[in-house]
Amino acid sequence: MSSKVIQAMYTDDDVLMSAVKRVRQENHHIEEVYTPFPVHGLDKAMGLEPTRLAITAFMYGCVGLSVAISMMYFIMIVDWPQNIGGKPSFSFLENMPAFVPIMFEMTVFFAAHLMVITFYMRSKLWPFKEAENPDPRTTDDHFLMEVSVHGDEEVLKALLLETGATEIKVTEKH
Amino acid sequence: MYTFSNRLRLFAIISFVLGAIMVGLSFANVPGSVEDMKAMEAAHGHGHGSDHGDAKHDDGKTAHHDEHKTNAAHATSDHDSKTAYDDAHALASDHKAGSGHHDSAHHDAHKLGQLQNKPWAAIYIAAFFFMMISLGVLAFYAIQRAAQAGWSPVLFRVMEGITAYIIPGTIIMIVLIGISAMHWNHLFHWMEPSLQDPLSENYDKLTVGKSGWLNETGFLIRAVIYSAIWIAYRQISRRLSLRQDEANDNSNFKKNFRAAAVFLVLFLISESMMSWDWIMSFDHHWFSTLFGWYVFASMFVSGITVIALITIYLKSKGLLEYVNDSHLHDLAKFMFGVSIFWTYLWFSQFMLIWYSNIPEEVTYFITRIEDYNLPFFGMLALNLIFPLLILMNSDYKRLNWIIVIAGIVILFGHYIDVFNMVMPATVGPHWSLGLAEIGAILLFLGLFIFVVFTTLTKAPLLAKRNPFIEESKQFHY
Repeated sequence: MSSKVIQAMYTDDDVLMSAVKRVRQENHHIEEVYTPFPVHGLDKAMGLEPTRLAITAFMYGCVGLSVAISMMYFIMIVDWPQNIGGKPSFSFLENMPAFVPIMFEMTVFFAAHLMVITFYMRSKLWPFKEAENPDPRTTDDHFLMEVSVHGDEEVLKALLLETGATEIKVTEKH
Repeated sequence: MYTFSNRLRLFAIISFVLGAIMVGLSFANVPGSVEDMKAMEAAHGHGHGSDHGDAKHDDGKTAHHDEHKTNAAHATSDHDSKTAYDDAHALASDHKAGSGHHDSAHHDAHKLGQLQNKPWAAIYIAAFFFMMISLGVLAFYAIQRAAQAGWSPVLFRVMEGITAYIIPGTIIMIVLIGISAMHWNHLFHWMEPSLQDPLSENYDKLTVGKSGWLNETGFLIRAVIYSAIWIAYRQISRRLSLRQDEANDNSNFKKNFRAAAVFLVLFLISESMMSWDWIMSFDHHWFSTLFGWYVFASMFVSGITVIALITIYLKSKGLLEYVNDSHLHDLAKFMFGVSIFWTYLWFSQFMLIWYSNIPEEVTYFITRIEDYNLPFFGMLALNLIFPLLILMNSDYKRLNWIIVIAGIVILFGHYIDVFNMVMPATVGPHWSLGLAEIGAILLFLGLFIFVVFTTLTKAPLLAKRNPFIEESKQFHY
């Protein structure tokens, strides 16, 4: 299904913010906003749902902790409980302080790396991925708002111009 | 302006009086002599496991002892490590250098001394705990000033209110230390004169070796110096802060900035030495290099928690118009982060000593693990696991009731922390959280609330001409 989108260009993030609020007030659907840098509060203005990345990180951390505990429990206590410098290897608890640095690092390692990988996968980022930029200027100093067209195209154009858009382009989106 | 509500004032007074009565009663319950102690034990069946393996006891005690042995919890703990510990303990604190045997009379006298220390130690812990809260807030306040933080100026008056307790708090500490130096109690074992006497059988070379630092005169002079530094900064900063309200320029603010920077340098030095004097010297054969930081982390997190609790209280009365949940969120983040910092230091101290297991250092933890198992490891649950899990969530950090619950748990945990630092060297295995301890907490809680909230009535709760006050009012995370 092909549908029309309007791409409106802005040169200021404050103007963009008020434009986003205005467009949403008029019940138009904002497809996407392209900005050269994070604009504070833009996600709230667009009504995007909060990220759940932190929750995944917590769970990955728990996995890392479990891996560290079970690994060291097996190796140091179950498999070959040697006497190494008089450290008590009779039970996990007795020798635990020596394992804490590893448990900590594994927790951080799993939480950090798996969360980053999750982020790449969810935002579809990888090497040799083709850039999805509608206009190269949005990586430098321009802001671009993409609004899908339902109903009267001219009214929407007028609205966008009114919100301070410097340039308006209508394209087919696939 | 804040007016001290009558109900809170009444609560503070009742808490103070009740605490004083409870502490008084606990002093009255202290045995005056070995005979008293044995009579009381026969009557109550008190006495912990320290007497086992000792055959020369009267019948009442032996009977009690047998009963104690059948007690499953104790009977299962292996006997060898217990005896080993007893020997280590004898070396560490009995100071019978050379003579390996416990004679019963000596043992009883030792136990009597520990029982007589109990109410004193309870008062000392509570006095130190509340002084430490106030000092932690003072450090936090100075950091906010020196860092020119934009979020916290709306909380400055709350912090200044809490730091008012530094004056009575340190004076009480100096009085308590003076009482110890006059030998009214035996809290600080190194103050025992016979340890320094080469002719005495108690002569202790290690204590003599440290007497250049650990002597009563120097101890008191240093205590006065530390207190003077803290009180001086608190008073200067408060005066400059109040003057800034009325001023036409920012000169008072700039002076306050400089005062904070100077104070922070002096604070780190004085706080570190204070922790050696006031806490570490209880175990005067033991030393740890990161102890000052460890005590600092404990006071810092307690102080921040108290700021959060009092802010929530005042906010609930509608008195802090510009404090929003972002300010609370920041305080809760500090509570969370510093709790982890405390644990990091606790563990660094514990693990390094546990790992190398050098006898002269490790006795410190052996006494704690043997005699204080629940408080010693329980405080990890209170000070790390609970705040870690509950304050990790960003939404929870904005909920008043979550912060209040987490705050109470953290404060209790850090009380137990101080308890663990002081009690093992002063009362040994005869600890409890009973009349004396709860009484002392109530006593100082009443005084603390009274002083803090009286100071809060003295000035408007919003600093007026602070250059960052607008930013702080608009603060939003």
